Amino acid sequence: MNAPSLLQQWFPNITDWTEIGQACIDTLLMLGGSLLLTVVIGLPLGVWLFLASRSQLHDSPRSYAALSLVVNVLRSIPFIILMILLMPLTFFLMRATIGIRGAIPPLVIGAAPFFARLVESALREVGTGVVEASQAMGATTGQIVQRVLLPEARAGIVAAITVTAIALVGYTAMGGIIGAGGLGSLAYQYGYLGYKPDYMIVTVALLVLLVQLLQMLGDAIVRRMSHH
Amino acid sequence: MTERPALITLKAVAKSYRVRGRDIPALQPTDLAIEAGEVFGIIGHSGAGKSTLLRLVNLLEKPTAGRVVIDGADVTSIDGAALRDLRAGIGMIFQHFNLLSSRTVRDNIAFPLRLRPGMDEAAIARRVQELLERVGLAGLADNYPAQLSGGQKQRVGIARALANKPRVLLCDEATSALDPQTTASVLDLLLDINRELGLTIVLITHEMDVIRRVCDRVAVLDAGRVVELGNVVDVFLHPEHPTTRRFVSEAEHGDEGGPDYSAVEGRLMRLSFRGEATYAPTLSSVVRDTGIEYNLLSGRIDRIKDIPYGQLTLAMRGARMDAAVAQLRAAGVVVQEIAR
Repeated sequence: MNAPSLLQQWFPNITDWTEIGQACIDTLLMLGGSLLLTVVIGLPLGVWLFLASRSQLHDSPRSYAALSLVVNVLRSIPFIILMILLMPLTFFLMRATIGIRGAIPPLVIGAAPFFARLVESALREVGTGVVEASQAMGATTGQIVQRVLLPEARAGIVAAITVTAIALVGYTAMGGIIGAGGLGSLAYQYGYLGYKPDYMIVTVALLVLLVQLLQMLGDAIVRRMSHH
Repeated sequence: MTERPALITLKAVAKSYRVRGRDIPALQPTDLAIEAGEVFGIIGHSGAGKSTLLRLVNLLEKPTAGRVVIDGADVTSIDGAALRDLRAGIGMIFQHFNLLSSRTVRDNIAFPLRLRPGMDEAAIARRVQELLERVGLAGLADNYPAQLSGGQKQRVGIARALANKPRVLLCDEATSALDPQTTASVLDLLLDINRELGLTIVLITHEMDVIRRVCDRVAVLDAGRVVELGNVVDVFLHPEHPTTRRFVSEAEHGDEGGPDYSAVEGRLMRLSFRGEATYAPTLSSVVRDTGIEYNLLSGRIDRIKDIPYGQLTLAMRGARMDAAVAQLRAAGVVVQEIAR
């Protein structure tokens, strides 16, 4: 073969770059799948938390306290432990506890309560005045949620999705330790266990890049949505 | 005016809020009848309960006692669709406008029209155009609220409140966040709407000037009680309750209250003219006929809504005082001696 390329000089241990490419794809798949489900589950949960909280449309101390407890419990379990705890459930749902399929249930269960809290606080930013005005116009609670609260809070909700996506990048990397695959797995297996620092550097650089891109994308969308 | 039927009747309505296990009264049992087509003002300091009272009309607040009757129907305990229908027929505007920041002016005005089925988009567009023209914002339809001035935002609020052709418009401190000039133009718009559409307006404010400009009748609220109620002209010229006097005095003299006349010689008299008497040369003929002398201490000639009025404070001296007072009274001037 030819003289060693620059890549081979700098990253002597990395012989198979397609493996890194595949890890990137796995990370993106885990992120995409879990983010989608987190939003689908966490958004209504956040709306519910908001509506049930004090002096809101469906002020209900009991349902708020119950929901709040579940959310707090799930948020207080470190993700790596949550993954292990959830293994039976994960297997029941996905018929797998490793790989992308095995990673998605714990990622969603770990991130959805977090996202729900962020949604709740984004909805709080919507003034009580516009809600009152909508009630005065004869809007139903459903109409107020869909046409007032969510549109008015959309910039905050997109920011919440960005923050959650970035948290999920961290979770996927942690998941790598127990066989979720993706960049985290590569960093752990080759970089840490195999003591190949160049793997570590490449995966970390890729994760940093991913987080940067997510944040930039999120900020750009928020800017486009703001009419303040 | 009193023979007109009441459109809104509040019968012994009261409201208290439960705070940490204790009932804090916001409104004492209150009776109020608001007639169709009038502009009814409720004035009070913050915490007097006026905001609560206003919200009882469209049941944004449920009374803890008493009944709310609108157009002959007891609506106190309606809910669900009936309550939403009632509210759709009562427009409301707010101190802080409460527009949707994520929607254009056009979509804000269309918002109440889209809440209920039955109006296609073409009809909505026509109605919105009509409303935009009525409030003078036709050129700003595609702007967002953040791009508008306070007065323009309130005009959007008014257009939105009128969208469903309500019979009643509730105004919650609608001009309190506006500068005096903008306040005047928004009040003029409200008066136009009242006259042209026959809309009944209930407004709350802490400014007597707002009452003076647009209201037919006024209720003065103090610590959750109506302490004075009547035609604005009567209340304004002859306030009875201390709270009312304070409001009137603030409107006349600014916040510092009335001036000090203790060094002035003669008897202090307050002369109140109203209607055509305001523009008649009554005082000069009385002076000529009776030979009394007077010092003009303070005075104001103005209008209360459409009614011209004048109120002068004089120090009067002379032998034929009683004759002068009698002649003034015969000419329709209300004369009150001010104790000193």
